[in-house]
This record gives sequence, structure tokens and C-alpha cells, in this order.
Amino acid sequence: MDIVAVKSLAAAIAIGAGALGPALGIGILAGKAMEAIGRNPEASGKIQTAMILAIAFAEAVAIYALVVALIIKFA
Amino acid sequence: MEISLKPEILTSFFGIPVSNSLVLSILTTLVLTGLGFFAVASLKVIPGKLQNAVELILESILSFFASALGSREQAEKFFPLVASFFLFILFNNWLGVLPGTGSLEFRHVPLFRSANSDLNTTFALALVSVIAIQWYGVRKLGFLKHASKFFNFTHGPIQFFVGILEFIAEFAKVLSFSFRLFGNIFAGEVLLLIIMTLVPLLAPFPFFLLEFFVGFIQALVFAMLTLIFLKVATETVEH
Repeated sequence: MDIVAVKSLAAAIAIGAGALGPALGIGILAGKAMEAIGRNPEASGKIQTAMILAIAFAEAVAIYALVVALIIKFA
Repeated sequence: MEISLKPEILTSFFGIPVSNSLVLSILTTLVLTGLGFFAVASLKVIPGKLQNAVELILESILSFFASALGSREQAEKFFPLVASFFLFILFNNWLGVLPGTGSLEFRHVPLFRSANSDLNTTFALALVSVIAIQWYGVRKLGFLKHASKFFNFTHGPIQFFVGILEFIAEFAKVLSFSFRLFGNIFAGEVLLLIIMTLVPLLAPFPFFLLEFFVGFIQALVFAMLTLIFLKVATETVEH
């Protein structure tokens, strides 16, 4: 197979598989945060701040996968 | 349409290569210091419009940090460093969304490129952040107590390995900070470039909004993580 074709395929697989885990993680996080806000609407400011922080951590892993995919494709 | 991970070098200034992301980060520095300079040029007790706006921004950032930390005086202690991170990254990201970045060319190379889409910038910011965390920790606790968090000989073998893992995690923090910011902003640039190549007319509009939002969130996350690690580093650990 052509090296450019293999590179494109590799980049697609890297980001495709790498975005699966973080997406699930963020969904679970946000779901639990919604539950917590529903139970205690007064604390929603604190919960929201902590949720955004935790979502950024989970998203960072997806970004690592994206960086690997970009490196495969463009370098 | 060329997309390159490395920033392109434009010229050389007394032997130092000047890249297109350096141009935008110098512009951000000028904007921020100019704003600060003009805001305090004539301080009044009843503020004029510019001083009022700057005070509003800084007061809201300070109260946000105080509510995240729980203590206003700790927020005031960490405020200069963390608010500088926040404003610098925020203005870098927002200037990188303006039209002109990526499209204006200088000898076949884009003239402007978002400053945080350059791994050099984000790595430098991450290094400053992690070294500052260690510095604040050592200054508050003393060198031996701070090092005993990582090299823990008195609480048994499990705590020793936990300490070693924490030490490795400090280096992982540098990588994590820099790659999170770099990945988000660079991927945003690539996304905007591809959308404008495919459908230039009206479709880029929601993507510009997305990049605007992502820029704000990444600045916030960098500042908040630095703040929280600073708080953890300066608190005395009890078992």
C-alpha cells in the first residue's frame, strides 16, 4: 500500500479510537454533575466549576490522541 | 493548503529566528501592557471609563479565584501569576481567531499564526507554571518539607512509591499542560483552515464561535489547574 494512504488510515484510526474513552468519560462526568445539581441546586456554582475542571482533564487525553494523529498525518 | 506542526520562521532578528507565532504573542504582550499602562496612568478614586473596565475584569477574576480556593487572601497571593497566565493565554487565543491569521502571507508563509498553536509557547508556559508551583511550595514549607512530599522515607514502602509517582507526575504535568493547550488551539486552527477550504461562505461562522469559546475555556483551565496545584503545594500535608 501507498505510504500516504497508510498514513491517512493511521491518523484516522488514532483519533477515532482515541476519542472513544474521553467521550464516555465526559458523558459520565456531566451526568453525575447533573444529578448532583438536581439534588442540591444551591451548590450548582461549585459543582459547575469542578465539573468544567474535570472535563478539561478528560478532554486532554482526547487531545493527546489528536496530536498523535496530526503528527502521523503531517510530519 | 499547507498545515505544518512547526511554526514557520519569517526573518531573523539579531540572530534570533522570528516565527509567525512570535509576532502574535508580541502583539498580545503589547496589547496587555498598553492596556495596563493606560489604565493606571491617571488613577482616580472615582474611576474613569478605562480604569473602571479594567477594575471590573480584575475584580471578577479575583473573586472567581477566591471562590475556587475558598480564601480571599490566598487568592490575592497567587493572583499576579495566575491572572497573568489567564489573560496572556486568553488574549493569545482570541487574537488567533481574528481574520488575517493564516491567510495573510509573507514570502509564501502565513504572517500570523495563533501564539498557542506553537508548542514552544505552550511548553514555556507549562515550565513556568510547574517551576512556580515548586517555588511557592518551597518558599512556604521549606525545602526539606517540600521534598519530603516526594521522597517519603518515614511512612513505609507504599508511601515511598506513592511519593516517587508524585515526582514523576510533576514532569507529566509539564507535558500535560503544554499538550492540552497546544492540541486544542492547533486543532482549532486546522479545523478553521479546512472548513474555510471546503465551504468558505457561511459555514465557518459556528466554527469561529467554537474557537472563541475553546480559547476562553483553555485559558480558564490552565489558570485554574495552576491555582489548584499551587494550593495543594502550599498546604501542609497531614496523614
